[in-house]
Amino acid sequence: MIDPVALFVLLLSASTPILFAALGELVVERAGVLNLGVEGMMITGALAGFAAAYHTGNPFVGFAAAALGGALIAMPFAALTQFLLSNQVASGLALTLFGLGLAALFGKPMEGVKAPAMAAGPLGLNWIVWLGLLMVPAIWWFLNRSRTGLVLRGVGENHDAAHALGYDVRRVRIAAIAFGGAMAGIGGAFISIATVLQWTEGMTAGAGWIALAIVVFSNWTAPGVLAGAWLFGGVTVLQLRLQAAGVRVPVQLLSMAPYLATIIVLVAISARQKFSRRAGTAAPGSLGQDFHALR
Amino acid sequence: MTKGTNLTDAAVFRAQGIGKSYPGVRANDDVSFSVEAGEIHALLGENGAGKSTLVKMIYGLVRPDDGEMTLNGQPHQPADPRAARAAGVAMVFQHFSLFDALTVAENIALGMENPPHRHALSARIAQVSQDFGLPLNPARRVVTLSAGERQRVEIIRCLLQNPRLLIMDEPTSVLTPQEAELLFATLRKLADGGTAILYISHKLDEIRAHCDRATILRHGRVVDSCDPRAHSARTLAAMMVGGEMRPIDRSGRRTGEVLLQVRALSQPAPTAEGTALKGVTLTLRAGEILGIGGVAGNGQDELLAALSGEVRSAPGTVLLEGADLSRLGPEGRRVAGLLAAPEDRLGHAAVPDFSLTDNTLLTAGARKGLVRKGLIDRPAARAYAADVIRAFDVRTPGPGTTAKALSGGNLQKFVIGREVMQTPRVLAVNQPTWGVDAGAAAAVRQSLLDLARSGAGVIVISQDLDELLELSDRFCALNEGRLSDPVTTEGLTLDRIGLMLGGAHGMEVAHP
Repeated sequence: MIDPVALFVLLLSASTPILFAALGELVVERAGVLNLGVEGMMITGALAGFAAAYHTGNPFVGFAAAALGGALIAMPFAALTQFLLSNQVASGLALTLFGLGLAALFGKPMEGVKAPAMAAGPLGLNWIVWLGLLMVPAIWWFLNRSRTGLVLRGVGENHDAAHALGYDVRRVRIAAIAFGGAMAGIGGAFISIATVLQWTEGMTAGAGWIALAIVVFSNWTAPGVLAGAWLFGGVTVLQLRLQAAGVRVPVQLLSMAPYLATIIVLVAISARQKFSRRAGTAAPGSLGQDFHALR
Repeated sequence: MTKGTNLTDAAVFRAQGIGKSYPGVRANDDVSFSVEAGEIHALLGENGAGKSTLVKMIYGLVRPDDGEMTLNGQPHQPADPRAARAAGVAMVFQHFSLFDALTVAENIALGMENPPHRHALSARIAQVSQDFGLPLNPARRVVTLSAGERQRVEIIRCLLQNPRLLIMDEPTSVLTPQEAELLFATLRKLADGGTAILYISHKLDEIRAHCDRATILRHGRVVDSCDPRAHSARTLAAMMVGGEMRPIDRSGRRTGEVLLQVRALSQPAPTAEGTALKGVTLTLRAGEILGIGGVAGNGQDELLAALSGEVRSAPGTVLLEGADLSRLGPEGRRVAGLLAAPEDRLGHAAVPDFSLTDNTLLTAGARKGLVRKGLIDRPAARAYAADVIRAFDVRTPGPGTTAKALSGGNLQKFVIGREVMQTPRVLAVNQPTWGVDAGAAAAVRQSLLDLARSGAGVIVISQDLDELLELSDRFCALNEGRLSDPVTTEGLTLDRIGLMLGGAHGMEVAHP
């Protein structure tokens, strides 16, 4: 009834937006910043990317514009949290609301038009899917093997110590926030340019929140993010297939399944951390805390 | 005793007229001193004397408002710690600047300008740790290391940069005596190799034993410089505090009627790491100070929690003047007159982000009438906080300051003062002078004696045996949750206490 290979190809595609957004948020959180604005940055990228692709006729220009748009809309969040020491949770939520509203406003002229066609990459998969898969080892290497990645982890683990050693905590964090915005933007644009092929208001449909959950699920590692994205993407594709096959389960329950699966896995993971002494969480030590240096 | 700077040519580092102000505080004023090659130079002063600010300026974390520094004869104006490190300054911090989740090698790499590749770095760490007799595994995560091992990481991080000037900011405050000895051996080896070492501490004995010269800071100014080996701890303390230290006054106390009775108090351990209390029995009379000694983790925290009411116990186990308080919580016991000050001053005794005014409300609300009909009387609370600040000489801009902005000694004076000024019938304190400088410790101890003189009963739980001998009338040992029978402190020797702490229960009480 369901071909596993075809299912896997669909899974890769379905998990790409979340993979990008979650990898970006992973870097942001490893730098010690909790940015809950992923959804807002994704939808901004979805619109910016779609508009640029439509006007230039080139989807790749669209993705570049999406990255830029995502990074730009993250900058007010960076300014608020890094310079004015605003609460990161409230600022992140505001960023989500702001992005959703802004995209809905500027997206009106884009409604009803169709995205330009995109040439497939190797093995018939979208180039952006390949890019996403490539980003997993790249980010792992960056975090665990590069000097810059070490400084970034240091800043996220203990910002006072990093400051005492002479690292510019603020600069590292702003750069990480911009990178997270760009990645979320690309993830959002993948939905509008490569999956749905048109612009609709609110089309990211909570993918940003799932990305946030997946970062926790991953225990703050890049391979873990890939596993989480595939789990969510896999259940999404599976339930769509089941719907198409006319399984006698209410559609509402099937549509719920990916979110339900994410929640169940998260609960299972935190239960494990609670009951086993050694596992512990790998959350960065300074995650979500304000940093203020006295000169 | 020479006053001011020593102008020899061997000086590696020299400061001339350094000054730094923060809003409301002059942290350093006209500070001049020099450190020579091969010398272990002590920077001595009470908490808040401006030692930390001074070394932060040398390390480029803070910029001085005025004055000049030179390093190896060159002007030293580091814009940030990296510039300071490049110039040859290395620093081991009081609170370790380590990253728990990272490995030893990663931590060391973060403290270097141009670290070699991972494998080469691990080899160099192994080499240096062998040369200096400081065993360390580069692949271990820092979170799994003991305090002494963590400090080794910091020291090796410094050593790999071949510093000309090594700054140690209160390095022994977290070490066991054995670890401290190892540290001093390492420092001496380094100094013999020509490194200048600036050693910050308020522990007089270790400075007298290990330092070649001392510069003494008081209220941000250099008040003296001397050879610490030529002076007694008492004179050094006098220089540090200014004026002679007043000897503790134990006079004028009379023991009266029984105030507090604890009868066969048993409690299961509250956490997996905690200690169960096993049949603790004690009696406390008016005007008496009962000292409870023991090695950390033998039930001290649990006993204080059972007294304060944080943990309730079986009926009939805690009685104050005949009334059963066993089932009452902390607020009920405060109203009855049983007050407590726990060991952890920042986070347990005081809320770090609350102002001192708000912190007084937490325990003094009922007894001082700061809360009426459920509403806070702010002016009264502020006035009470100001009273405590004045009476206990808490050095702070005012009652609006947050608790976490105070130094350890000042916060401890505030926390003890907040309870003492409520005129309790019985006050129980845990580690009242832990990590507090000599001046503040003396003030806290004197206030406990004064409280007892006024007719209250005081229980002092402490790991500092000298403190217990100085304060208490009777002494008990707490061992694995069991409390020994009390013995009279007078004539008690440290040897005998050692035996009691070792767990020889039911020892015959000394009958002289």
